[in-house]
Amino acid sequence: MHRSSEVKHVASYLNTRGCECFGQPCESHCPVLTDRTIHVQLKTFIKIRVKPDRTGVVTDGVKHSMNPFCEIAVEEAIKLKEKKLVKEVVAVSCGPQQVQETIRTALAMGADRGIHVEVSGKDYETLGPLQVSKIFAALAKKEQADLIILGKQAIDDDCNQTGQMIAALLDWPQGTFASEMTLEADKMKVVREVDGGLETIKIKLPAVVTADLRLNTPRYATLPNIMKAKKKKIANVKPADLGVDVCSRLEVLKVDEPPQRQAGVKVETVDDLVGKLKEAGRV
Amino acid sequence: TNLLSQHRIQHILDMMLTTGKFDYHPNTLFLNLTELTDQQKEFQELARKFAREEIVPAAPSYDRSGEYPFPLIKRAWELGLINGHIPEDCGGMGLGIFDSCLITEQLAFGCTGVQTAIEANSLGQMPVIIAGNDAQKKKYLGRMAEEPLMCAYCVTEPGAGSDVAGIKTRAVKKGDEYVVNGQKMWITNGGKANWYFLLARTDPDPKCPTSRAFTGFIVEADTPGVQPGRKELNMGQRCSDTRGITFEDVRIPKENVLIGEGAGFKIAMGAFDKTRPPVAAGATGLAQRALEEATKYALERKTFGKFIAEHQAVSFLLAEMAMKVELARMAYQRAAWEVDQGRRNTYYASIAKAFAGDIANQCAADAVQVFGGNGFNSEYPVEKLMRDAKIYQIYEGTAQIQRLIISREHLGKFKQ
Repeated sequence: MHRSSEVKHVASYLNTRGCECFGQPCESHCPVLTDRTIHVQLKTFIKIRVKPDRTGVVTDGVKHSMNPFCEIAVEEAIKLKEKKLVKEVVAVSCGPQQVQETIRTALAMGADRGIHVEVSGKDYETLGPLQVSKIFAALAKKEQADLIILGKQAIDDDCNQTGQMIAALLDWPQGTFASEMTLEADKMKVVREVDGGLETIKIKLPAVVTADLRLNTPRYATLPNIMKAKKKKIANVKPADLGVDVCSRLEVLKVDEPPQRQAGVKVETVDDLVGKLKEAGRV
Repeated sequence: TNLLSQHRIQHILDMMLTTGKFDYHPNTLFLNLTELTDQQKEFQELARKFAREEIVPAAPSYDRSGEYPFPLIKRAWELGLINGHIPEDCGGMGLGIFDSCLITEQLAFGCTGVQTAIEANSLGQMPVIIAGNDAQKKKYLGRMAEEPLMCAYCVTEPGAGSDVAGIKTRAVKKGDEYVVNGQKMWITNGGKANWYFLLARTDPDPKCPTSRAFTGFIVEADTPGVQPGRKELNMGQRCSDTRGITFEDVRIPKENVLIGEGAGFKIAMGAFDKTRPPVAAGATGLAQRALEEATKYALERKTFGKFIAEHQAVSFLLAEMAMKVELARMAYQRAAWEVDQGRRNTYYASIAKAFAGDIANQCAADAVQVFGGNGFNSEYPVEKLMRDAKIYQIYEGTAQIQRLIISREHLGKFKQ
C-alpha cells in the first residue's frame, strides 16, 4: 500500500512490574489468557505479601517480566513493521537495571532498538502513570514518534491511565482498549472493546493506542532472534535529561491484604437456605 | 583455598613416597562457578516458556494416543530450539553442549517423550558433526536447518545393545557402493527419519579388532530396501517413535561413508561424549517436574489437620528429591562444560548420565508416593513420569555400562 506520509517510529512502552495476583487465581485479572493459562497458573505460586510497614507489597526476589498487555503491544508494533507500514520500532521501559532484560525480550521479538529510562530506588517505588506518561511525552517529542502503542493496563496496579495521560499531555488522539487496529493512509482505524460492545473509530496520526487482549497473540522470540538482539542498541536516559520530575504527588497511606474469606455455613434444605438468607437481610 | 592447598601438598607427598610418574589428578582443578550469561538465561527462558505453555498441556493426550508430536516438534524447530549444535556454516547456531543442555532440561520438564524425539536428532547428527567431511555436513546437516526434518541413530540390534561390537549388520563393498543387510531395533525416530546414521560391520574376519571392523554410513531413509517396522508400544515416552528397521540389499554410495572404512566404532562411541550430557539433562528435567508436581500437591492436600508438606515424612521425601535434582544438574553441567572446553569428558558424562537416570526414577516414584492413591491414577501427572523415567536407565548406555565406564576411567586415572 502506498502511503504519502510514512510512519517513522512506533514506540512501545513496556511495563516490567511483577505479576502480583494477591493469591487469587490469575484468571480474575487476565480473564481470557486461555493459551497462557498454564503459564499463569504456575506463576500464582508466588505468594504476594504486604510489607510489614503496610506501604506496599514485597517485590524483593519476585521474578518480574513483561506485562502481558505490553507483549501484545510489542507484537502489534512488529506486525506493522513486517507489513512495511512503519519504519522503526523502539521499545521503551522505565525502571531499574533489570528492565533491560524486558527490553531485550522486545528486541528479540523484533523491535529495532531500545531506550532504558533509568529510575531506581525510592523513585521507582513511587513511579506512577503520571510520571511515566510525562517521560513518554518528552521521549515522543524527542524521537519524533508517529505512533505510541502500550498495553491497556499493568496487571499489577491495574491503573489503566498511562496511555490516556500520554495522549492528553501531547494533545494527540487516542484509541484505547484496541482489539483491532488498521492503518489507513495517515489515519488509524481502531476497534475498541467497550462495555456495550465494540466501537470503531478513526484517529489521525500521530496517536496513542492501548492494546487489549484480543488484539493479537504475541510471538515467542526465536533462538536466532535472541542472538541477533544482542547486537541491537539500548540507549540509557535519565528522567532529568528529558526535563521530567519523577517526584510523586501521591502518598500511599496504607496497603492491606483482602479480608480473609469467612467460612460458609452448610444447610440441609432449600427452606433452611431461604430462611438463613432472610435472616441475613439478603432476601 | 587453604584446604585445597593442604590437599595438594598431601597429594604431592603421597606421590613422592610412591614410585611411578607424578600426574595431576584432574579432581584438584578448581571449577569456577559463574552465573549463566544473559544469552544463556534468555535461551533457557524461551525453552522454559515453550515447554510449560505448549508441551505440558499437550503431553497427556500424546501419551495416551502414542501419536507422534509433530506439531510440537515443528513449533520447537521454528523457534530454533532444535538442531542448536549444527555448525553455523551449515545453517545452524553452533551452540555448545552446555547451552543445548539448558534447553533440553526445560523441554524434558514438559514431556520427555517429546524431548527424546527431539534429542534423537542430536544423536543422529553428532557422528556427522564430529566426523563428516564438508560435503556431507552441508548436505545432511544443512537440510535439517532448512526444514523440520528428523534423523536417527541406527546402531542397536535385536541381538546386540550394550555389546556394540556384537552387531551383525553387514556392509559389503561392491564397486562404488556398499550393500547392507541386517536388522536394527529400538531406533528412535525410526519411522519418521529423513536419514539415518548407520553402523555396520565391514570386516567379516572375527579376529579383526573392533577399532577397524565397523564403518559409519549416512543412509537416506527412502533408499530401496530400508524397511521400518511397526511402531513399538513402550512403557513410557510413548509418543516417541521407536521401531525396528530391516535393511535388505540397501545400496549406499561410497560418498556416504564417514571418514573411511573401519572408522565407524570410534565415531559411534565418540558421539556419546557429546550426547550423554543432554540425556542427563533430560532426566534432570523429568526429576524437576516430579519435584514441582509433588511440592504443589503437598501444599494443597491435607491430612490429620495439616498440609501433608508439614508432615516430616513428606517434607523429607521432598528434601531428598531436591538434593538429587540439584546434584544431577551440577553433574550434567560439569560434563557439558568439560567437553565445551575441548577436554575429553567421558568420565563426567558417564557419571552425569548414570546419576541422572537413577535419580529420575527415584524422584518419579517418590512423587507418586507423595500423591498417594491419586499418584497411581492416570488423571494425575506423576504416573506418566514414573513410566517415562525408566528408559533413562537403559538407553544411551545402560546404568550398568555407565558404571563399567566410570570404573574403567577411575581406575585408569588412579594407576597413572
